[in-house]
Amino acid sequence: MNSKKHGEKHLIGESMVKTLVLRVEGTNAEEEMIHSFKLSGSEVDIVHVNDIVSRKKSLEDYQILVFPGGFAHGDDVSAGKILANILKYKIWKDLTKFIDSGKLVIGVCNGFQAITKAGLLPAIGGIGVQECTLTSNDSGYFIDKWVELKHASGNKCVFTKNLRDEMFVPINHGEGKFVATPEIIQKLEDNGQIVFRYSQNPNGSINDIAGICNSQGNVFGMMPHPEKYFSKYMHPFWTRMKDMNEEGDGLQLFKGAVDYAKKKL
Amino acid sequence: MNSTELIGKSDEELIEISKKFLLALNLEEMRKVQNYFDKLGRNPSDIELETLAQTWSEHCVHKTFKGIIEYKGEKIDGLFKTYIARGTKELNFPWCVSVFVDNAGIVKFNDDHNIAVKVETHNHPTALDPYGGAGTGSGGVFRDVMGVGAKPILSTDILFFAPPDYPHDKLPNGVIHPKRLMKGAVAGIRDYGNRMGIPTANGGVGFHEGYLGNPLVYAGCLGIMPHDKYVTGAKSGDKIILVGGRTGRDGIHGVTFASLELSSDSEKTSSGAVQIGNAIEEKRVLDGLLIVRDKCDKPLYSAVTDCGGGGLSSAIGEMGEETGVKVHLDKVPLKYEGLEPWEIWISEAQERMLLAVPEKNVDDVIEIFKNENTEATVIGEFTDDKKLTLMFKGKVIGELDMNFLHGEVPRVIRKAEFTVSEDADPDMDDSEDFSGDLKEILRSPNVASKEWVIRQYDHEVQAKTVIKPIQGLGGPGNACVLRPIYDEWNGIVVSNGYNPRFSSNPYNMALSAIDEAIRNNVCCGGRRISVLDNFSWGNPEKPDRLGALVEACKACYDASKGFAVPFISGKDSLYNEYGTGEDTISIPPTLVVTAVGLIPDIRKAQTMDLKEAGNPVYVIGVTKDEMCGSHYHMIKDEEGGKVPGVDLANAKKIMDNMIESIDNGLIRACHDCSEGGLAVTAAEMCFAGNLGMSVDLKLVPADGIKKNYKILFSESNSRFLVEVPKGKESEFEKIMGDNASKIGEVTEEPNLVVTGLDDEEILNRSADELKKAWGETFNW
Repeated sequence: MNSKKHGEKHLIGESMVKTLVLRVEGTNAEEEMIHSFKLSGSEVDIVHVNDIVSRKKSLEDYQILVFPGGFAHGDDVSAGKILANILKYKIWKDLTKFIDSGKLVIGVCNGFQAITKAGLLPAIGGIGVQECTLTSNDSGYFIDKWVELKHASGNKCVFTKNLRDEMFVPINHGEGKFVATPEIIQKLEDNGQIVFRYSQNPNGSINDIAGICNSQGNVFGMMPHPEKYFSKYMHPFWTRMKDMNEEGDGLQLFKGAVDYAKKKL
Repeated sequence: MNSTELIGKSDEELIEISKKFLLALNLEEMRKVQNYFDKLGRNPSDIELETLAQTWSEHCVHKTFKGIIEYKGEKIDGLFKTYIARGTKELNFPWCVSVFVDNAGIVKFNDDHNIAVKVETHNHPTALDPYGGAGTGSGGVFRDVMGVGAKPILSTDILFFAPPDYPHDKLPNGVIHPKRLMKGAVAGIRDYGNRMGIPTANGGVGFHEGYLGNPLVYAGCLGIMPHDKYVTGAKSGDKIILVGGRTGRDGIHGVTFASLELSSDSEKTSSGAVQIGNAIEEKRVLDGLLIVRDKCDKPLYSAVTDCGGGGLSSAIGEMGEETGVKVHLDKVPLKYEGLEPWEIWISEAQERMLLAVPEKNVDDVIEIFKNENTEATVIGEFTDDKKLTLMFKGKVIGELDMNFLHGEVPRVIRKAEFTVSEDADPDMDDSEDFSGDLKEILRSPNVASKEWVIRQYDHEVQAKTVIKPIQGLGGPGNACVLRPIYDEWNGIVVSNGYNPRFSSNPYNMALSAIDEAIRNNVCCGGRRISVLDNFSWGNPEKPDRLGALVEACKACYDASKGFAVPFISGKDSLYNEYGTGEDTISIPPTLVVTAVGLIPDIRKAQTMDLKEAGNPVYVIGVTKDEMCGSHYHMIKDEEGGKVPGVDLANAKKIMDNMIESIDNGLIRACHDCSEGGLAVTAAEMCFAGNLGMSVDLKLVPADGIKKNYKILFSESNSRFLVEVPKGKESEFEKIMGDNASKIGEVTEEPNLVVTGLDDEEILNRSADELKKAWGETFNW
């Protein structure tokens, strides 16, 4: 493998999918996110939110917008809350235009927390209203552990269309417990907006929810980290497993997004 | 400008002044200062005195390691030079890029990148404020690695406390209970490392009653950087830019506090010495620093360093040693008004770094940090007068010659003595209940599962951790393996070793720590190893403490040469004693050795969990009658016997042969024998693989030992248990020679079954039961 070869499969003349990984102070899982999108055949730029606010960079130039993991602004108010407010009060128009045009948004871990608090997800009663939250794990502690996810059938999420029924990925969070009112949970279930559930609930999430999408399926968030499983050698038991794929299961998700963007955006 | 009367003062008065202002300078040093100002014909200003106190503190200048020591008729001309750096110098490996001189040791990783690594202690702050003390310990060591221009990719932490079940009613006045200390320290490390996005994937927690009043925190960091991004050497005319957090009254006198013993009054007198951390501020600084480093071919700075112990005074004083500097202290951004200039100068407020920047790049650098939402401020410039000039609102408030500041610290001359007293081995009768003994050791806090700690640390952020701290289906890993560049197969192996229970023989204790760090590294496939030494010791002014230090240092030289493993960085924290009124209690002398190895192809890395039933199991090395300090003695409340030593020539051969075996695919699982000996190693391998193992003690080379308990639980060094793929036995034996002995095999039924010297089954327990014992101690 060699980094220079990324995207070489791509034919000359065909326009590349461009992904924007948005960072703020405290973003920290951007490197593996960038790598996962590159391996999936996208061009990737990492951009500080200040550069979007100041219009040095424009969301318009991209098909996929990524909110990676970390501790945005230290999660000092609550996880992702300050970033959520920056989105709502500084770049809301550009952001909603991006989403309305059917382009893809993914938030992982802290990114999921932020876009949930900004009301980009699940957006049942309309975008911009917070309808659910991610709060402290039942254990009260941050936890780093690999978990099995079940891919909920019948969901509309464009990222996960090609995914197998199960996926093994790490969680690395202190505030990952998904909470919403019974009405919202019911609507999520009825609308097929639940994308992933934990096989063994590690944090107390209602209905074992690990990831959700909006009703159009183009905005998606999850607590576990698929970008931390782009290669076999990140699996915690790889030294004892036989006949594993060299490629990590998490990568399928990014390939799904890039393929979709290539064909439809 | 406030000045302190020094000229004409008597010796008693000089000592009084040193105590009154918490300078921690001794009489000879005070006289030297007096003499310097006498010649100038004036008294020192308060800021000049503080500068000297910081720069000449034990913490900054390592007086003990550089001093002259009289020991058993020998005159040792500097412990550091004679025993730590000498091995490195004699080995003279070309891959040692920068050792002992910068903020971190630097070694070559591959043709494009170097590794920078540093381990620090943060003991005294943690004793007063475990959360803040341990957290800023991590923050500080991350900045050390950033301070050579590297990106941190690993955090390590080794902590020592008194036993977590220590009776509350026996707790001395002013001491925080060890369980509360541990919870606080773990939370501090967790919150700092996790928020910075630096994985904490190697470490340890050790327990001993001797740490009751004085816990230890060793925070380590490893970073990676392109070869051509390492620059040193500020030029005259460069601007000094202070980046990051604002300066406040936190962390005043941190380094002098570290150079004094703790007591029940420390909380009252020294709380201001504890720093306050903010991980996100440091993340902003890191993000900006990497942009400043990488924006052009060469970094936009000509030198970079961190503000650590001693604050601006140490950092600027060292940066400008060759040129001279002028600092405008009124330009330093403050958290709040009201700080005296000397407080600004020595504050250890966190998350600050200093850059030396050529004038043409200044605006660019400030703009880059601004976009990261952090401040960068020009606070002075490098001159060519070889003077440290301190200004405040246009006035000179301090002026010292760099030569005096750095060149004239008086060398201490100290006496040391030490006698190893090895009592006869108690030679107990063989136990009736080896299963019970084994479970008791598995439950003991040193050995018990640290999963509660490990899972609170994000050990895989950055997605580089290919061998994690918990291995297989849940066993304690020997080392972690990082793959720092996603597209390449080269890896870095990081491990550690420490054996404070062996401190009755400090020479063997140090050898054991080094052997353990190296064999842990080898277990996962690490070679071309370099090591870091971190000493936490008692008061070196007491001859017995110093004698033990000399013994340990001698072992460092011998092991460095014996294993051909250079020391590349280190740190000492002395004065770890707790005053109980009349007397003081020293911690057990504690040497932590961190080993950094390479693995050319991470796909060959090994873990410790058993893999497949039917595979033969080998023991490597000889089990000796070396029970002193063992966990078996601990649970039986016995003392005496010999502390394990190391046969360096054979140990080196074992390590080399093990690596050859790993590279040839002759090993499926590998675990080192340490705390709890062979029995604990075998138990851990079983439950980590959910398989069983049969072991026949008659087949274990044991130097004629006649007792089962000694073979099971001796903690002799340079030993491994190895699972070899069936059919590869002869190939493996050919490489390992006499050092490998087949002692059993992996079984489908997940039980550990041991046959004793008399051919009787002396132990038979399920992996589940053993895992349960191992897992319940820290199930908090």
